Amino acid sequence: MMTTVTTASRIPIDGPIETPWKLPYRGTVGMACLIIAESAIFIIFVVAYIYYIGKSLSGPTPAQVLELPIFGTICLLSSSIFVHFAVSNLRKDNLRGCTLNLAATVLLGTIFLATTAREWYHLIHDEGLTIKTNLFGTTYYSLVGLHATHVVVGLIMLSLTLGLSLTGHVKEEHSEKLEVLSLYWHFVDAVWVVVFLVVYVLGR
Amino acid sequence: MTTTPVLEAVDETLETQSRPPLNVIYEWLTTVDHKKIGLMYIVYALIFLVIAGFEAILMRIQLAIPNNHFVSPQVFNQLFTMHGTTMVFFMGMPILFGMGNYLVPLMIGARDMAFPRLNAFSFWISAFAGLLLYFSYIGGSGLYAAGSAPDVGWFAYAPLTSKVFSPGHSTDYWTLAVFLSGVGSIGTALNIVTTILCMRCKGMKMSRMPLLPWLYLVMSGIVFVAVSPLTAAQIMLTLDRYLGAHFFDTQAGGSAILWMHFFWIFGHPEVYVLVLPAFAFANEIIPVFSRKAMFGYPAMVAASVSIGFISLSVWAHHMFTAGLGPAGNTFFVFATMVISVPTGIKIFNWLATIWGGKIIFAVPMMFMIGFLFQFLIAGLTGIMLAAAPFNWQLSASYFVVAHFHYVLVGAIVFSLFGAFYFWYPKVTGRMMSETLGKWHFWLFLIGFHLTFDFMHVPGILGMPRRIYTYEAGRGWDTLNLIVGIGAIFQAAGTIVLVYNMIYSYFKGKEAGHDPWDAWTLEWSVPSPPPSYNFAIEPTVSSRRPLWDLKHPEDPDSDYE
Ligand code: HEM
Ligand SMILES: [Cu+2]
Repeated sequence: MMTTVTTASRIPIDGPIETPWKLPYRGTVGMACLIIAESAIFIIFVVAYIYYIGKSLSGPTPAQVLELPIFGTICLLSSSIFVHFAVSNLRKDNLRGCTLNLAATVLLGTIFLATTAREWYHLIHDEGLTIKTNLFGTTYYSLVGLHATHVVVGLIMLSLTLGLSLTGHVKEEHSEKLEVLSLYWHFVDAVWVVVFLVVYVLGR
Repeated sequence: MTTTPVLEAVDETLETQSRPPLNVIYEWLTTVDHKKIGLMYIVYALIFLVIAGFEAILMRIQLAIPNNHFVSPQVFNQLFTMHGTTMVFFMGMPILFGMGNYLVPLMIGARDMAFPRLNAFSFWISAFAGLLLYFSYIGGSGLYAAGSAPDVGWFAYAPLTSKVFSPGHSTDYWTLAVFLSGVGSIGTALNIVTTILCMRCKGMKMSRMPLLPWLYLVMSGIVFVAVSPLTAAQIMLTLDRYLGAHFFDTQAGGSAILWMHFFWIFGHPEVYVLVLPAFAFANEIIPVFSRKAMFGYPAMVAASVSIGFISLSVWAHHMFTAGLGPAGNTFFVFATMVISVPTGIKIFNWLATIWGGKIIFAVPMMFMIGFLFQFLIAGLTGIMLAAAPFNWQLSASYFVVAHFHYVLVGAIVFSLFGAFYFWYPKVTGRMMSETLGKWHFWLFLIGFHLTFDFMHVPGILGMPRRIYTYEAGRGWDTLNLIVGIGAIFQAAGTIVLVYNMIYSYFKGKEAGHDPWDAWTLEWSVPSPPPSYNFAIEPTVSSRRPLWDLKHPEDPDSDYE
């Protein structure tokens, strides 16, 4: 074909290079993308929940069976603060502080999960509300369940990190990675605020 | 700068070729190299293209003459469901992701994607999803009486998908396959965005990035907000079918319209997921074959980003006949019309690039001209359909089918074929045969117009879509025969393409690293590129780095 003069070796042009050439950390960008995609999933479930409020053809209704999960909510939201401290401790190379804060995060998250489990047990056994019962059951279990699934995933990752930091594998240079994980956890908490408002405040 | 790394690159290529076949296969199966994954995507998508094309031919045989009993109504339903699902999820998306996988890192001067292992995971899960969809044929009534291939349409409208109307597992295969392909798509989109934002070579500011990565960026953004709702809807449908939930169960107060909304919130933006890469190919190919820089680069970027946003707000133009009420209809009519502004900007910029250029009518450029022309017509019939009263008349008729195939085939597939001819030399190191390419182009062009130009007419004459046969004497007979003949031409053209690809792999002319005298970074490395792409990480100082090298007397970088 056409004659050319380029060769691979010539491509680094010694042009004026913008210094410093700094691009964002890929873990953060990747997590941001994941959060956008996950938010879209949650929005669809929330829309379905709101759309079906009061449209159940039979009981029980939310007002009859739901109670405000204040305690669990406090636990979950405060765990966000602890994971934040874990990251900032690690950044300052305070490994002990990081481990302690991680442990607190895992503990609080587990307590939250336990309150959800208790609530489900109560609803299924005492109130006879299942996903099959009516539209409220359908939308309630799927939305809260979707959130709980995310809590479980987050707890697994946090526990693994906790294990690694207990065995001394977590170092200061990992702080960016831990920050990515904490982003996810903050997201899970933020979603809970929405779920709380929609299910327990608006829905009742 | 030293020249040794180039020699190293050549050595490595030779080394791969002399390995025993089993090792080579193992290497492909476990690879995390973006180029190999890209090629695997393309090969798997081509296989599904042939399968889904075969299904289309079967449908056209069935409809070629009135009162035909070539296939049964059930089989016909399965054929159009599998055809649509395969073409969108297992041909269109994978092949475009494959091209993106291959080209994006090369064009931005990176050595690989940001997350190579996630990349391999996304590929394998979507390949598995495709197998799962077709497994429904094997798992059908024959083997263990589990139902057969899905027959609910690619839109799977409720309540057709409820247990009552779709007993057996065919719908579950559909749901799972689409769900998994969605997971794969989101993974790849995440990877593409991260790669583009975090892996650009030195000096490649966003404003200097080639348009192809830009469009893949917008496309991936749409994937997050469009494919996720579909994923959510599939979860709901599965809960309905397996756990007895009532999302779309009208007997328990659930809503079928809600499914339509959820589906089209995905379904409309999806067409832009497919068409933006097609624009991307045009943006790279048209300037090279017009020997001019792309006209209006900032306008192109702005138009693409705004198309991304607007496309998210027009989904209900697929639901005018579902009864949205005057306010809803009016909103969605106007929102749809607004899209024509950025789309028009793009078409004008392409024309302005060609205008006054030194046009070279090589095969890739021929396909691009077909693309431009057909995309224009598709846009016009789209605007017709976007007028609610007109839509009430023609919805669910063959006019709609003709319209969206004009976009899907006339624009997207044409652009894709052009891209094949353009980048084949880079991938294989050999040129594709121009003569065979011209045969492919003309056969396909004639076939396309025979099929889809004529398909508008029975639509206007009242022929509904998704019917398996029709009475003689309504004026549809001859038209349908012509449509069928066109399909044969298109199949013949595709066979020429596949033959050309295989033939040229062994017998094609050596390509060298820059056969088209092009401008972007992928043409600066050997063909095929070595596994780490760039011997030395490049540094760029303008939008056309290779132009700067070839024309030191008048480089772009002087104008920046
Ligand atoms: C750019 C790529 C495009 C693609 C891939 C595409 C694809 C499609 C598809 C698949 C359908 C069929 C829906 C069904 O199953 O009923 C459809 C219908 C429709 N399209 Fe497009 N389209 C594109 C562009 C446009 C444009 C530019 C417009 C308007 C300006 C438009 C307006 C419509 C309308 C109003 C319908 C609804 C027809 C109906 O269901 O009655 N489309 N399109
Ligand atoms: Cu649409």
